[in-house]
Amino acid sequence: MDVPEQNHKVLLEVKELKKYFPITQGFFRKTTGYVRAVDDVSFSINEGETLGLVGESGCGKTTTSRCILRAQLPSSGQILFRTKEDAVVDLATLPERPLRALRPEMQMIFQDPFNSLDARMTLMDIVGEPLLVNGLKDREERTERVADLLRLVGLRPEYMRRFPHAFSGGERQRIGIARALALHPRLVVADEPVSALDVSVQAQVLNLLLELQEKFHLTYLFVAHNLSVVKHITDRVAVMYVGKIVELAKTAEIFSAPRHPYTAALMSSVPVPDPRLRMQNVILKGEVASPANPPSGCYFHPRCDYATDICRAEMPELTEISSGHFVRCHRAEELTLAGIG
Amino acid sequence: MTVMPVEVSEAEERVSVAPNWQLVWWRFRKNKLALFSGVVLILIFIVALFPGFFGTQDPQETSSRLAFIPMQTLHFFDEGKFQPFVYGVVGNRDPKTLQMKWEIDTTKKIPVNFLVKGYTYEVLGLFSTDWHILGVAGAEEGTRPEIYLLGTDRLGRDQWSRLTYGIQTSISIGVIGVILSVILGVLLGGISGYVGGLPDMIIQRIIELLQSLPTIPIWMAMTAALPRDWPPSKVYFAITVILSLIGWTTLGREVRGRFLSLREEDFVVAAQLSGCSQLRIITHHMVPAFASHIIATSTLAIPSMIISETALSFLGLGLRAPAISLGVLLQEAQTLQAVALAPWLLYPGIAVILIVLVLNLIGDGLRDAADPYSN
Amino acid sequence: MDNQSSPILEVKDLKTYFMMDEGVVKAVDGVSFDVYPGQAVGIVGESGCGKSVTMRSVLRIVDRPGRIVGGELLFHPKSGGSDSDKQEVIDLVTLDPKGSQMRAIRGAEIALIPQEPMTAFSPVHTIGNQIMEAILLHQEVSEAEARQQAIKVLHEVGVSMPEKRLDAYSWQLSGGLRQRAIIAMALSCHPSILIADEPTTAIDVTTQAQILDLLRSLQQQSNTAIIFITHDLGVVAQMTNYVVVMYLGRVMEAGSVDEIFHAPKHPYTQALLRSIPSVQSTPRVPLPTITGSIPHPFNRPPGCPFHPRCTAFMKGICDCNVPELKTVDGQRVSCFLYQDVEGEDRGRA
Repeated sequence: MDVPEQNHKVLLEVKELKKYFPITQGFFRKTTGYVRAVDDVSFSINEGETLGLVGESGCGKTTTSRCILRAQLPSSGQILFRTKEDAVVDLATLPERPLRALRPEMQMIFQDPFNSLDARMTLMDIVGEPLLVNGLKDREERTERVADLLRLVGLRPEYMRRFPHAFSGGERQRIGIARALALHPRLVVADEPVSALDVSVQAQVLNLLLELQEKFHLTYLFVAHNLSVVKHITDRVAVMYVGKIVELAKTAEIFSAPRHPYTAALMSSVPVPDPRLRMQNVILKGEVASPANPPSGCYFHPRCDYATDICRAEMPELTEISSGHFVRCHRAEELTLAGIG
Repeated sequence: MTVMPVEVSEAEERVSVAPNWQLVWWRFRKNKLALFSGVVLILIFIVALFPGFFGTQDPQETSSRLAFIPMQTLHFFDEGKFQPFVYGVVGNRDPKTLQMKWEIDTTKKIPVNFLVKGYTYEVLGLFSTDWHILGVAGAEEGTRPEIYLLGTDRLGRDQWSRLTYGIQTSISIGVIGVILSVILGVLLGGISGYVGGLPDMIIQRIIELLQSLPTIPIWMAMTAALPRDWPPSKVYFAITVILSLIGWTTLGREVRGRFLSLREEDFVVAAQLSGCSQLRIITHHMVPAFASHIIATSTLAIPSMIISETALSFLGLGLRAPAISLGVLLQEAQTLQAVALAPWLLYPGIAVILIVLVLNLIGDGLRDAADPYSN
Repeated sequence: MDNQSSPILEVKDLKTYFMMDEGVVKAVDGVSFDVYPGQAVGIVGESGCGKSVTMRSVLRIVDRPGRIVGGELLFHPKSGGSDSDKQEVIDLVTLDPKGSQMRAIRGAEIALIPQEPMTAFSPVHTIGNQIMEAILLHQEVSEAEARQQAIKVLHEVGVSMPEKRLDAYSWQLSGGLRQRAIIAMALSCHPSILIADEPTTAIDVTTQAQILDLLRSLQQQSNTAIIFITHDLGVVAQMTNYVVVMYLGRVMEAGSVDEIFHAPKHPYTQALLRSIPSVQSTPRVPLPTITGSIPHPFNRPPGCPFHPRCTAFMKGICDCNVPELKTVDGQRVSCFLYQDVEGEDRGRA
């Protein structure tokens, strides 16, 4: 990583986060099992850093991000957040009222630029709502702030009276970013912020996110499945598989030398936009295991070329194999895997 | 950051700042059939608001001599000149059957004028007037004008004037009944969808129970419980309440479903993360999001209310004379004899069909216009 | 381009317009390309570029109010035998979309792999039923034979225990298996052209790798031509031989995959390739972008549709005239950098 680590203060620390959804059956809704959407996830994010959360659909990355913002209530675990006043609070158990007071400090950018904006509100009301409900009652002052925010994300302030339907996907995503930034948040969770956008517009939004991070010293939790985007924007990456983190390391390191077979397979699966580099990819057999009924031992073993008996029997622990590089694999030490960086 | 270069045309700007209801209206406007139905409905509503003004005679005035007069056709031109008139009718009693036989007397032209004075009626219970849109000019005080646009019934009451009052009663039952159902449906459906848990369970079971009951016996039981000696206005109100007590279930389910799906929508989550209170989320984000849908659904619910009222009254379970509703009017056409003798007694049925049809067309149009995902 | 064999499908100046109340949307406006047996053509573009409408036009399944208003779709059926001189040519544009001739071609000669694996199968019939139906529709075989063929084709696409899966319903299968079953259905009548409409957008990367691998090996085995409709430049680079780049209904550039990715001529292609973050690029450095956003199809700019966003925009030329698709160094490109307003070649600028 070539960004100097100017600040090592931990902004967010997630400890043993779990989110189970009960599976109910029958007339009396008896619980017959659990979908372990997030199963014992731990990581931390430093101030000003970008952590990427990567994985395939159903791996629990979105649920993790929603639990952190308490859009969903976690089943167990701790979400320790360092507030502006330098106090550490556990968001996982925080009651509604103090939580609302903390909301301005953590915001979200959504994946779907169409669904995340209320179609019945003008830009003024959409971007101004966080300001309004957090005490900025004066309409004139609010209008001015909204104008500033729109300019900040590259939209004209004159657009304020318009409704979202007048904008393209990329522009709507900018509106969503303006809303997220309205309250000067410190933590921004970006849930697949560019995956619904056209290729030519993705770069604009990524540049904007980078620029804003620089300007406001933002901390990003960047949830994505597109590895090229993740490599471009993040400092560290956590790879999730069936509700668990399987590898966590600095971006450059994980891309050049992944230590978990799943990470390596994931990376080699990405079609490279260069016909001269035709894929020599590791093609995984089978499919992602179900979080309702995961396999025994390491969840990845049925698809893993390197699986041994211990992998079938025992779930490996997430262990630090070199400074800051965590892997959940019994054979992490001995395997040499190809990266793409 | 790059600011998009834009040259926005005026039309585009108009669309850009158009709120949702305006977009709905623009889409609705394209549906010519619904738009036409809307115009028809407005006319019907005007009639329903001022039935006395559109009627020509006192709807309650009976006269055994004037029973079963057939329809008179309204002619507009008299010898090339614009002068509306109707031909007079002459009654002769059949010496064998002792029945009245009515014949059009083409020699007698009765001139019909616009905006004339007639019998006195109340407008919405506010004030009294005696102006009518149509009438026989210069009719003597105390006598019935000889104009029977839709004939008379077995008691000699003027069918056209009764129809205008019938439309008023039936439409108001439909509208008020639907408003009550909407209140019940939104309230209970909202609780069910938003709170969930036990209240949801209870409300859902009630809905299922209500929907599984056969409607006609329920109406019968409930109306049978109404005291016989209640005045018509009280019965009228009770019928409305009964209809809405059963009618809210469909709407309740729909509102619940909307709440459940909206709760997961990104813009609602975004509002929650911005720090909005629950109340603000419901009133500012969720309710507006399904309001247009509710309006469309309720428009579609009015016809079924009207049909229910008509059916009840036709069966003698709903409103009873002296109240006038479309169902009460149709009750006159209950016997084969009456229909054979005086087919014009079936005309209120056409009014029912027309009202139901235009409301359905409008409701469909609204639903299509309100749903941006329909195409 | 491979010129040894003759093309199996020639798309010539195809125009498909949508007559809307608000005006005419030229969804596809003069698109031309050829498809050769055993080759893969990629049609790439962003939303609103007309790639899906092109595909639907070829299959003659354009919904109202869309209509093919011009151009030719010359299809050369393989059934003519080895005598290539006598091969008949069918212009699909002239066929009745609901007629028997088009129905015989659709599915049997030109098959589609749809985008949405979940909705491509009916939930009330088994997979086997639906594959067999396709076979029975196009071939004169008994039901038992059709069943055998269905098992064979499922086996070919890598479905394990095909005899058992045949009697499964689509919702009982996982995403990857369902995608394979769809490919099996498309292949069931041994089509000469396979159209893959965003075949991998709905599935995960590891499954996507499996499916792409499958398509590649199928193509090598059966010499089928594949048309990839996609916005994923990675898939195009990995899977195709020839690439057609579309923007707002027009072909911006077309050429071999290597030329398009390594020597793009059109400013749009160049900018598009620069703007995608690649795993090879330097992290956290601002990406070169294309300014603005794609206009709504109703307000297509006059002249070259890309001119408002183009860095090489020449006032008075690009906004007034529509460039033609001209061959420049073996590549076809429609840009005034390479031609005069009259359409004369200008050589390389």
